[in-house]
Amino acid sequence: MADATTFTNATQILEPFRGIKRVTIEEYFTSGHRTCQGCESALVMKLMVKAAGPRTIVLGSTGCMYVANTTYYTTPWVVPWMHTQLGSSGSAALGTAAGLKSLMRKGKMKAEPINVIAFCGDGGGADMGIGAISATLTHKEYNSLILLYDNESYANTDIQLSGLTPYGAHTTFSPPGKVHRLIHRRWKKNMAGMMAAGHPECRYVATVCASYAVEMMNKVRRALTIGGPTFIHSLDPCPKGWDYDPMLSHEMGELAIETGLFPLYEVEDGVVKYYGKTKALVDGRPRKPVREYLLKQGRFAHFTEEDLAHFQSKVDEMWQQWEIPAVVPFRRVDATKAALDVK
Amino acid sequence: MAVTTAAPAASDEKELLISGSEAVAEALALADIDVVTAYPIRPYDTVMQAIAKKIANGQLVAEYIVAEGEHSQFEIVKHASTVGARVFCGSSGVGWAYAMECLVVTPPLRVPMLALVGNRALDDPGAFGVEHNDALFVRDLGWMLCWIDSSQEALDTTLIGYRVAEDRRVFLPLALSADGAFLTHSQALTLVPPREKVDRFLPRYDRGDLLLHPDNPITVAPQANEDWVIEIRRQNDEAMKRAYGVIEEAYADFRRVFGRGPENPWFEEYMTDDAEVILVGMGTISLPIKVGIRNMRARGKKVGLVRLRWFRPFPTERLVAALSGARAIGVIDRDYSFGSPFASGVVANEVRAAMYNAERRPPLLSFISGLGGREVTLEDVDKAADMCFAAAASGKSDTKTHWLGVRE
Repeated sequence: MADATTFTNATQILEPFRGIKRVTIEEYFTSGHRTCQGCESALVMKLMVKAAGPRTIVLGSTGCMYVANTTYYTTPWVVPWMHTQLGSSGSAALGTAAGLKSLMRKGKMKAEPINVIAFCGDGGGADMGIGAISATLTHKEYNSLILLYDNESYANTDIQLSGLTPYGAHTTFSPPGKVHRLIHRRWKKNMAGMMAAGHPECRYVATVCASYAVEMMNKVRRALTIGGPTFIHSLDPCPKGWDYDPMLSHEMGELAIETGLFPLYEVEDGVVKYYGKTKALVDGRPRKPVREYLLKQGRFAHFTEEDLAHFQSKVDEMWQQWEIPAVVPFRRVDATKAALDVK
Repeated sequence: MAVTTAAPAASDEKELLISGSEAVAEALALADIDVVTAYPIRPYDTVMQAIAKKIANGQLVAEYIVAEGEHSQFEIVKHASTVGARVFCGSSGVGWAYAMECLVVTPPLRVPMLALVGNRALDDPGAFGVEHNDALFVRDLGWMLCWIDSSQEALDTTLIGYRVAEDRRVFLPLALSADGAFLTHSQALTLVPPREKVDRFLPRYDRGDLLLHPDNPITVAPQANEDWVIEIRRQNDEAMKRAYGVIEEAYADFRRVFGRGPENPWFEEYMTDDAEVILVGMGTISLPIKVGIRNMRARGKKVGLVRLRWFRPFPTERLVAALSGARAIGVIDRDYSFGSPFASGVVANEVRAAMYNAERRPPLLSFISGLGGREVTLEDVDKAADMCFAAAASGKSDTKTHWLGVRE
C-alpha cells in the first residue's frame, strides 16, 4: 500500500483557455435535455464538462440537473454519467475516485488520470449533502471536483427555499402574506468560504458565474489539474425560481457580481485571489446598489424600502467588516477589541 | 485475536481461532476486495477493526475509507462498485437504518455489494443485543438476505456471497446477517483456505457493459417515471428468481473446490428425518434449539430444527417439502412485525404464506423470543416444542403468537 502521506495521484494537465477563441470546439453536454428557457445551470453543465474533456466521469445528485437533464431514452451526456442521491455528491465523488484508484493501483484497470466530477444543487450541496462534501474535502488522496450549482432554491420541486436562498425571497415555502411579509429570514450560507476555511488540505476552492464563461471553465480546469478534492460554487440565475425574463439570465449573473452580493474568487493552497469584476470592487470600484439586482426579480417584489436597506447593510457588512472581504466573515481583532471597549 | 493452531493433516487450510467478524475479514482478504468503508456502530464494527489491521499489516490492499455516517458509507461503495471495484460495507441496527436511502437504490442499480449486518436491536431504548428487524428492513427491495450461525459459515458464505452477487445473471447486493455478540464476537476454530483455492472458486468482478468508464460512456439511472419503472422492477424480480439457480451452482462449486459446505444451501436440517415437531429459526438461535432437541430426544420426543440460511430469495418449495411431513411446525422469530397477521414475527408469516398451497399443512405455531439479545433458554425451547406437540395432537393451528421468556 502506498503511504497516504506521500502518495499523489496524477491528474490531467488542463491548461487554461487563453481567450474564447482558444476554447475547444467539442461538446460533451449536448442536446437531449429539457431544461427551462434561460436556464443558467444547463449552461454550467455544458461549460463544466467542456472544460473537463472526454476522459471524465460525471456524477449528478438529484435536482434540476438530474430530472430535467436525463429523462430515460434521451441523455445530453457524451461522457459517462450517473445519478447519485440528493445528499450524496460528496460520497459519489469519493467512491468513484476510490474505486478507480484502487483498480489502477492493483493493476486491474489501465492506469490513467480520469476526471471525477460530482455536481449538486444548493439544496443537495449546502443543505442535505454538506456533511458528505465536507468529508470528501478531507480525503486528499482522491482526485475529485464537487461543483455546486446554486440557483438559490429547490427549483425542481416547485421552488422551495434552501440554505442558499437569499434573505426574504419569495418561494413556495416562504410566500409573503398579510401578516408576515418575510417568512424566510435566514441569511445565505457562505458556502465557498466555509469549504475553504474548514478544510485545510483542500487545495482549491473557487466561486464562478457562467456570465463569465471562459473564466468559469478555467476554474474548473484548475480544480481538476491541481489534484485532491476540490470545490467550486457556481451562482446560477434561474428565470423560474427568481421570476425574471429568461433573456436576462446573463445580466442577472453580472449584477450579482457587480453589486458585491456574490464575489468571484479562488482559494489556492490557502491564498485568496479575487478575479474578474470582483477584483475591480476590491480595488475600489463602487459596488452597484443591491436594489438594482433585487428589484429586477419577482421573488423580491414584496420588498419594502426597509427590506432593501437591511439587505444592503448586510452586503456592506460583507465588504467592510469581514476579515477577508466577502470571503471570511470573521472580524478583525482591532474591530472586535473596539467593540468590547465600547461596552 | 487470532490464534494459529496446528493445521489438520492432509489439509492446505489454516485453522484459526477467530470470531464471526474476523472470519468475514479473512474472507475479504482472500477475495481481494478493492474498496471498503467503515463507520462505527456495535456489533458489526468488529469486522472493520479486523480489516483495518489487515490493511495496516499489508495483508490486504484496498482503499479503506472511514465515512462520516452510514449514508455516505454505503454511497461510497455503491459508486466504487459501478467503476468495477469489489466492495464491502456493513452496519448494525439504527446505523443500517441511517443508510436506508442508499440501501434502497443499490439493488435497482444492480450493484453487487456485500454488506455484513451485525444484527442489533433498534433504538429506542438503546440495546446492543441481537434482533433481526434491522436486516429485515430490506427484505422487499431486491437485497439477498442470508443468516449464518458460525465463524466457518461466515467465512465460507462471504466467498459464496461474492460469487452469487457478482454473477451477471444476478447482480444484486447481499446482506450477510450475523447475530450481534453471539456470532460477531464469539470465537471458534475456523478453516481458512489458501488464496489459490479461492481464486479457483471466485472469478474477478466484471461489470461488463454496465461499467462506468470513459471507454463506455453510458448514462446510469436517468429519470424513468411511469414509462419504464415497472419494467425495471420486473428486471429486479427476474434477477432475484435467477439467483436460486446461481446459489445452487455456487454451493456445488464450493463443495467441489473446498471439499466442504452444505448440500442444501437454503437451510440446515437438524434431526428432521423422523421429527414429529419441527422448529424453524434463523441465526444463532440454532444453538439452544439443538441442545434442547438432544435433551428432548433423550426423553423420547422427536423434535427437529430447520435453520433458515437464505431468507431472500426465500426457498419456498424446498422448505415446504421439508416441513410438510411434520405433525406440527413452530417458528421462533427473533424479530417482530407489529400489527401483522396474527401479530406474528416476520419468519412465521413467511412460512405460513409458503405453506398455504401445500397439499399437507401441519398446524403452525408462532413464537417470538430472544429480542434485544435476551438469551433463548432451554426452557423456552421445551415450552415451544410442548405447545407444538399439543397442536399436533389436536391437529389445529393456534392463531395466537406466543412470546417466550418475557416478563408479563
